[in-house]
Amino acid sequence: MKNPFEHLDKVLEHRTRLQIISVLAANDAYDFTTLKELLDITDGNLATHLKHLEREKYIAVVKSFIDRKPNTRYKITEKGRTALSRHFNAMAELIRQQKR
Amino acid sequence: MSNNQDFEEELASIHQLMQRSAKFISLSGMSGILAGLYALAGAAFAYFRFQYPESILEYRLYPVYDINSLKEVMLIALVVLIASLATGLWLTMGKAKRHGVSIWNETSRRLILNLSIPLVTGGIFIIICAWQGQVEIVAAACLIFYGLALVNASPNLYDEIRYLGYSEIALGILAQAFPGYSLLFWSLGFGVLHIVYGAAMFRKYDR
Repeated sequence: MKNPFEHLDKVLEHRTRLQIISVLAANDAYDFTTLKELLDITDGNLATHLKHLEREKYIAVVKSFIDRKPNTRYKITEKGRTALSRHFNAMAELIRQQKR
Repeated sequence: MSNNQDFEEELASIHQLMQRSAKFISLSGMSGILAGLYALAGAAFAYFRFQYPESILEYRLYPVYDINSLKEVMLIALVVLIASLATGLWLTMGKAKRHGVSIWNETSRRLILNLSIPLVTGGIFIIICAWQGQVEIVAAACLIFYGLALVNASPNLYDEIRYLGYSEIALGILAQAFPGYSLLFWSLGFGVLHIVYGAAMFRKYDR
């Protein structure tokens, strides 16, 4: 890799979006409220970044019901997983280059 | 993110977040200590009711067979179970409130599912065994299925819980190898181990 900065994912360069997709990579699925508590951010902020990730098809929305209340959960897609893995590799490569 | 230090810190914090995201951290260590005390109280009650004045270290040559005594033993176990669950729920709700998180969330739902599969299987299995008069299997089966449930749910709990699970399984196997010491192994597994692990978790996470 000549210039690993090129391999950084533009969508995932934002800290919150990277956090969201990392949590989804570590879990089968995750719901809005638990995600909000975990990241300690506002509803609006989280919703905006989720929309962005959804638009990029990095995550998929799964709607279901718990006790007859609607429950929206999010899953990482294959595209999202590939993007995250490339992004992590680019970050690791940047760290390695610096250390040389 | 301009320099290297930032990338390293970012990767480390993301790694930590990924691990934390799967865990239900509101479980209270104190509830483990109290559950252990309830179990010891229940075991002591059963001991004085059915084994005294023989020593607790005395190897019993026959299990409790008569139906009324059996019902009494099951009732004691049920009271211990309900008291432990109620205390655990109450303390865990308190801890969740202090952390400002909800008790009913993604991780707690997954935790309950992962715990229930071995526990419900074991529960049904034990009831069938008791029904068929194979009472000498009950103490060991309680310990083994409980241990399997803990190992199964350990990704959603603190790492120590995995070792508690292994210990419960080992005690269960020993309890079946030495059925005359069932009460002793049961007290060690549900009493002493809960107190030891509960205290360790309380020191590490609750203070």
